[in-house]
Amino acid sequence: MNDKVINDFTITVGTANGSGSQTSNLTILRALFKMGIPVTGKNMFPSNIQGLPTWYTLRLSKDGYTARRDEHDIVVAMNAKSFERDVANVEPGGVLFYDSAIKANIERDDITIYPMDVKTIIKEAGIPSNLKTMVANMVYVGVLAQMLGIEIEKIKMALEFHFAGKEKPVSINMGVIEASAKWAKDNLEKKDNFYAEPMDKTDGLIMSDGNTAAALGSIYGGVQVVGWYPITPATSLVEKMNAYLPQLRTDKNGKATYAIVQAEDEIAAAGITIGGAWSGARSMTSTSGAGISLMGEFVGLAYFAEVPIVIWNIQRMGPSTGLPTRTSQGDLNQAYYLSQGDTKHIVLLPGSTHECFEFGWKSFDIAERLQTPVFVLSDLDLGQNQSMSEPFDYPDVPMDRGKVLWEEDFDKFVEENGEWGRYKDVDGDGIPYRTLAGNRKEGSSYFARGTGHDAFARYSEDPDVWMQGMERLTLKHETARQYIPDAIVDSVDGAEIGIIAYGSLDPAITEARDLLAEKGIKTSYLRLRALPITDTVKSFIRKNKQVFVVEMNHDGQLREILNANMPGECTKLVSSNLNNGLSLTAKWIRDDVLAKKEN
Amino acid sequence: MARTNNIGLSKSDYKGPPTTLCQGCGHNSILSQIISACFEMDMAPEDIVKFSGIGCSSKAPTYMLNRSFGFNGLHGRMPAIATGALLGDPTLKGIAMSGDGDSASIGMGQFKHVMRRNLPLVYVIANNGVYGLTKGQLSATSEVGLTLKKQAMNELEPIDICLEAMASNATFVARAFAGDPKQVKTLIKAALHHNGTAILDIISPCVTFNNADSSMHSYAWGRENKTPIHDLSFIPARDEIMIEDFEEGTTQDVTMHDGSTIRLQKLERDYDPTDRIAAVQIIEESRANNLLLTGLIYVEPERLTLMDTLNLPEEPINRLKEKDLRPAPETMKKINAAMF
Repeated sequence: MNDKVINDFTITVGTANGSGSQTSNLTILRALFKMGIPVTGKNMFPSNIQGLPTWYTLRLSKDGYTARRDEHDIVVAMNAKSFERDVANVEPGGVLFYDSAIKANIERDDITIYPMDVKTIIKEAGIPSNLKTMVANMVYVGVLAQMLGIEIEKIKMALEFHFAGKEKPVSINMGVIEASAKWAKDNLEKKDNFYAEPMDKTDGLIMSDGNTAAALGSIYGGVQVVGWYPITPATSLVEKMNAYLPQLRTDKNGKATYAIVQAEDEIAAAGITIGGAWSGARSMTSTSGAGISLMGEFVGLAYFAEVPIVIWNIQRMGPSTGLPTRTSQGDLNQAYYLSQGDTKHIVLLPGSTHECFEFGWKSFDIAERLQTPVFVLSDLDLGQNQSMSEPFDYPDVPMDRGKVLWEEDFDKFVEENGEWGRYKDVDGDGIPYRTLAGNRKEGSSYFARGTGHDAFARYSEDPDVWMQGMERLTLKHETARQYIPDAIVDSVDGAEIGIIAYGSLDPAITEARDLLAEKGIKTSYLRLRALPITDTVKSFIRKNKQVFVVEMNHDGQLREILNANMPGECTKLVSSNLNNGLSLTAKWIRDDVLAKKEN
Repeated sequence: MARTNNIGLSKSDYKGPPTTLCQGCGHNSILSQIISACFEMDMAPEDIVKFSGIGCSSKAPTYMLNRSFGFNGLHGRMPAIATGALLGDPTLKGIAMSGDGDSASIGMGQFKHVMRRNLPLVYVIANNGVYGLTKGQLSATSEVGLTLKKQAMNELEPIDICLEAMASNATFVARAFAGDPKQVKTLIKAALHHNGTAILDIISPCVTFNNADSSMHSYAWGRENKTPIHDLSFIPARDEIMIEDFEEGTTQDVTMHDGSTIRLQKLERDYDPTDRIAAVQIIEESRANNLLLTGLIYVEPERLTLMDTLNLPEEPINRLKEKDLRPAPETMKKINAAMF
C-alpha cells in the first residue's frame, strides 16, 4: 500500500442538474473548511434547469492552493447519464464511489471502487417517500465522511448554516448522512490512500463567493440606485443585495435608503443607473458581457455627459450567447473601449472575493471622483464559486463624493471661481464640478446631453469646442491613474521572467510560480488591478527580460492593450492565454511558460 | 412690468432659449402650453426636471424651462433615465418630451414599462406621424395610405399610443391636438397633478414633412376631425371646489391625489374617465370612425407609484450622507461572522 495522501486531493461529484446536489456539495466543502483544511469548490454546470449532467469539484490543499486542478482523484458518480465519462475521469490510483443502482460495467483495475447502495440506505433511514429523491444526494456525504474522515459534527455545522438553523431539514439530512456513514462502516472496507485530517489552516478565514462579496462591498459603499436585468452569472449579485439591504440600510422610519429596479432589459438597466447617478445617488448595475453589449450606447453617454456609474461584469464565455455557464476573461477590450467615438473607461480587476468586497465600495469613490463610468470585471469562477479569504475589511477611508456642489457649495464656488460651468475645468485636472438634479439654487441647473456641448453644457457644433472637450476628457483619463488601485508586484531577485495576470487567475499564478520554482525558474509577478495602466506596470515590463501575460481569452486582450501603451516593449510580451471555459490550472500555465520561455 | 404669479415669477422665468424647430411646428405650441401651465400653477422651475430622448420632439425641452435641470438622453431611452433621476429626488416634478419614433418604435419597451411601474412623470408624446429630424420617413403612427416624398405609401396599420397606454395599465391617458392650446394646457395641468405616469398623446403636425391637408397628423385634418369627449376645466387644490353650481349629470369631477380636481363637462355622451373598459372602447370607436378623439380618456388617481412600492423615505435619497449610506463599523463583524 502506498503512503497516505492527506488533505491534498480532489473530489469530483457527478450528478444531474436540479437534483439538489448543491446542498450536499456545499456541506462537504464547509465541513472540510471547518476542519481547518484549505479547500475550494468549483461548480461545472450546464445551461439548463433540470436533468443535464453537472459536476462539482472540491480541492483540498494542505499547502493552501485554491486553483482548479484537472486531475480527479476521487469521483462520486451519481448520474447514469455521465457514468462512463465519470469512470474514465478517475486518475490512476484514484477512487470511484458510485450509486450501485447504475448498472454498467466498470473496466478499471487501476482504481479503488466503492459501490453505494443508495436505495437501501434511504429506505432504512426511514425517510418519508416524498423526500426520498431530495435527500438521496446526502448519501454520498455520509459515505465520504466515513471513508475519508470528514467529521460528522462539522457536517452538522455546515447544514445548520445552510438551512439557517431550521431544525427539520437539518435533522432529516443528518439522519441520512449518519445512516450512510454507518452503512459505509459496516459494508465498505477502506482500500484507498486518501484521508481528510483536521488542520489549522483556515482559522480566521471566511468562505464566500465573489458575487456576495461584491454585493456587500457595494452596500458598504452606500449603493442607492440599482437598475438591473437577470443574466447568468451576474444575477446572484443583485439577489444578494436584495437579501442584505433590508437589514443594513433601513432608516429609523423603516424606509429604504436605496432603490433596486429590475428593468425590462439591460439597456433600461443602464439608463436607470445613469439617471440615478446623474441625480447624485450612488448607482450601479450588474450584468455579464451580453448585457454590456446592450449597454454600449448608454455607457458612451455616461462617459461623454460625465455621469459616475459602476458596472459589474461577471464575465462568461462570448462572443454572442457563447457558453453562458463557463468562465472567461474575454470582455477586457469591450470594457476598456466600449461605445462609439473615442472612449476609454476605468476598469477594476478584483482578484479575490476579498477584493470584490473592497472594489464594491471603492468603485463608487473612483466613479464619483472622476465623474465617469467604472467597470468592475469579475468572472463566473470568482463570482459564483466559493472560496476562502480574510474577513471583509470595513472601508478604511471616508466616502469620496467628488466635486459636487449643493446649494451652499454653489455660492461658495461662484465667490471663489466666478461663473460655474458644468464642464469647466477649474482645477486643471480635467475634472469639472457637478451640480445634481434637485439642487434648488437658481443657476445651478444644466441640460445634460450626449450631443456636443461647451464648458457651460450648452449645445455646440463648434470644432474647437469639440476638441477642447475631448482634450479635457483625455486629461481626466490621465488624472484617473492616481485614483485607481495600483498593480501589486512581487519582485524576485534574479527572476528570469515576469508574469502579468489579473482577476480570478491569481491562485493559479501563485501555484504555477511555485511549480516553476521547482524547475529552478524564478519569476516575478505583477497582478494588475485596474486599467488604465500605471507607471508600476510600465517599470515592471521594462525591468523584466521576458514578460508573460496570462489571461483567459483567445486574443490576448491585455497583451494588446499593453502593446498599445508600450509599443517599444512589445517584443518582450508573450501571451500565455487559453479560453475554453475552464479556469486555467497551474500546470497548464507552468507548461506554457516552459514551452515559450526564451533560453 | 410683466405679470407675475403667486411665487413672484414672470412667464419669462419659465422660458428657454429661442426654438430651432421649424416655424409653425406643433411642438413649439406644446412648449408654450407647458410654460403657461407651470407659470399659472406657480411651480418653481427649480422643482421641475425635464427629460427627453432623441428626435425633433426631444430637442424641444431645450427651449423651455431654462432654470430647470434637464437630461436629453438616448433615442427611445428617456424613461429609464427619468426613472433613475426621479428615484434620486422624488420631490422633483418630471416633465418628459418624446415623439412617435422615440416612444412607439425604438422606445416602445421603455414606454410601456415606465407605465407599468407608474413612475410619477408627465410623459408628453408629440405625435406627428413622421420622422422629422431624419427628414421625412414613415413612423409607427403614420396612417395607412400616407405617402411621403421619399417613401412609398404606408400600408401598415398605425400604432395607437393611447391604446398601448391602456394595455399597459397607464394611470392617466389623454389625447389632444397641438392646435387647440386651451385643451392642451388644461390636460398638462391635470397631468402635473397626477401622481403616476401621465401619458399625453398630442397630435402635433409636422409642417415640413407631414402636413398635407389629408394627413391625419395635419392641422387641417386635426381641426376638421377633432371630437372632444368633454370640455375640461382644471381646479387647483388650493381653491375650494363648488360643485353645486353645476347641474347634476352634466359634469363629472375627478379628484387627483393632491386634492385638485379635473372637471369634465359632458358633450355628446355620458363619459366616465375612470372606467377602463369605456376608455378602451371609445378609443377603438374613434379609430373606426376616423376621428381624432381628444380629452382625458382615462385616469386612475390612487394607484401606488414606483416610489411607494420601493418604500423610499421622504427626504430625497440623493441628499443622504455617508452616515445614512454606509452601515456602521460594528455591522461588519456580524456580516463576517455570518459568512461561515
